[in-house]
Amino acid sequence: MTTDYAAARETTEGRVFTVTGGDWDTVVNEAGSEERIVVNMGPQHPSTHGVLRLVLELEGETVIEARTVIGYLHTGIEKNLEFRNWTQGTTFVTRMDYLAPIFNEAGYCMAVEKLLGIEDQITDRAKTIRILMMELNRISSHLVWLATTGMELGALSMMIYGFREREYVLDIFEMVSGLRMNMAYVRPGGVAQDIPDEAIVKIRELLGWMPDRIDMYEDLLSGNTIWRERTQGVAVLDVTGCLALGITGPVLRSAGLGWDIRKQQPYGGYETYDFEVPTETTGDAFGRYKVRLNEMRQSLRIVEQALARLEPGPIMIADKKIAWPAQLAVGGDGLGNSLEHVAKIMGQSMEALIHHFKLVTEGFRVPAGQVYVPIEAPRGELGVHAVSDGGTRPFRVHYREPSFVNLQAIPAMAEGGLLADVIVGGASLDPVMGGCDR
Amino acid sequence: MTEVEPVGATAQTPPSSGAGRGMFGVQGTGDTSGFGGLRRRRAVELDSPRPYGGDFDEVVDALEEAYASFNDAIERIVVDRGELTLHIVPEHIAKVCQALRDDPALRFELCSSVSGVDYLGSDGRRLHAVYHLTSMTFRRRIRLEAAVTVEDPHLPSVTQVYPTADWQERETYDMFGIVFDGHPNLTRILMPDDWEGFPQRKDYPLGGVPVEYKGAEIPPPDQRRSYQ
Repeated sequence: MTTDYAAARETTEGRVFTVTGGDWDTVVNEAGSEERIVVNMGPQHPSTHGVLRLVLELEGETVIEARTVIGYLHTGIEKNLEFRNWTQGTTFVTRMDYLAPIFNEAGYCMAVEKLLGIEDQITDRAKTIRILMMELNRISSHLVWLATTGMELGALSMMIYGFREREYVLDIFEMVSGLRMNMAYVRPGGVAQDIPDEAIVKIRELLGWMPDRIDMYEDLLSGNTIWRERTQGVAVLDVTGCLALGITGPVLRSAGLGWDIRKQQPYGGYETYDFEVPTETTGDAFGRYKVRLNEMRQSLRIVEQALARLEPGPIMIADKKIAWPAQLAVGGDGLGNSLEHVAKIMGQSMEALIHHFKLVTEGFRVPAGQVYVPIEAPRGELGVHAVSDGGTRPFRVHYREPSFVNLQAIPAMAEGGLLADVIVGGASLDPVMGGCDR
Repeated sequence: MTEVEPVGATAQTPPSSGAGRGMFGVQGTGDTSGFGGLRRRRAVELDSPRPYGGDFDEVVDALEEAYASFNDAIERIVVDRGELTLHIVPEHIAKVCQALRDDPALRFELCSSVSGVDYLGSDGRRLHAVYHLTSMTFRRRIRLEAAVTVEDPHLPSVTQVYPTADWQERETYDMFGIVFDGHPNLTRILMPDDWEGFPQRKDYPLGGVPVEYKGAEIPPPDQRRSYQ
């Protein structure tokens, strides 16, 4: 579909394209002044969190103008969804924001359930497992934020510690779902499979030592002169600025507004959990760091409560017209239908086979209409706008991605500041390009 | 003399390809199993009567008071699955947003999301821009919808009211070709600058995948054999 935009020349090994910055010349010409230089940062740059491209106009070390260019990781997930059935959708959406896959899945599944009108039929155990997994995911996502931001500001030990602990959380995910990332674990109607006992043991271990580790991060960074100098009073955005730009999540809470959808418009059972919404009033990168640390502590509290109320029971809705027909199990060749189920449908029950075939290949029909389901993801409001035309496939699914919306704040944070603070400001937004570009 | 059907006329020939007709070329529901229960029926809500329930009446009343030409601006009001949708005449969308944001009884401070939906085959105005607004003061959410035609896909931009709509309107333009008049820089955002066409439209042609075997090609997803 594209026209030629890169210069090409023929060589003995075939045609070679010279890929340029696209609008680079135009930007440089417009900048004009000799003292003003234009710096292109990204899309491949270690501290732009993936494939974010920043075009910065500088005078000396001061940023005069910052432009954000995105779209390098656009994979058309929303369009792809329209050609798969509703259950298969989870496999796609989990790949959007790859640091918070459970949130993508949970938001999507809650939207599908709202379209079907079956929210009150979701079992308690499934709801508890979802909250448990979401909060563990919030911890792992914040750990990556802490690790990468630490690395970008020169605190390399923080990077090692952050990824080490996150690895432990991913091990829990693997025990529960069979996969470390992109699990497609939350399904319309419940979750894919039950939590094994070993995972519970591992989660309890995490609850045992994680609070001390968070204290350790705080000891390591909060009093560190370099850390404070680099983050305090940097990339400030107040509540008015946040609301105008649509910024939610830790960035908004660091400015002083305790807006957390889990508290303000609870969903999925959060209203029954006891936790606080951490806020700061500084509105700078240091405040965001404090908010995220405290959010990890609150998440641990929620995980503890969720474990306590994890009563045995079904993890999938009782309605057989929606529930996946089999228990899934992890076998030697990966995740699949459990052997007992395969033996039953292949050897004993023709009706069960037909049911399985119809539900798996055709899927269930979702009554026509549209819903918007907002949830509190680690980066802010994750909203799922799902439209059904009454068929077995989504008619349209749109993700209101917090990374996408929050990245609009980069010019507001960077312009007038130093070049080095662009990194801090960008990092403090915690953008994930997979989610931003979808 | 009446026309007589010739004896041995060829039976109606099946289409040469079953592509796009469901698995095994089945028509209709394709349900031979007796398992028709997979279908859940529910009438589509097109225009809800008052009272809307919850605090939706309060919101609509407040908007009626705050926005002088309310009756010209609102096409219809739908309450479905506990969500309020106001269908707005396209020319009024920015002004309605202004009223929704500024009126003390409404206070929709945050524009959560702007996106599009292409209702191909519904009526002429198939491109819908959908806005989700949040009132943090009252903990409410509403949805605004404005429909335009493909031939004249123009809507006033709400970026003057909600600066956050900047990128979201660009994305909607990028994917659906809805032009937001008054937007400061309406260019493509996710697709490359020189891309042609609007990928999220329902009539956007999809590509197949060529296979290196005797010129075969995996058909585009909308033409593959599958249950539809």
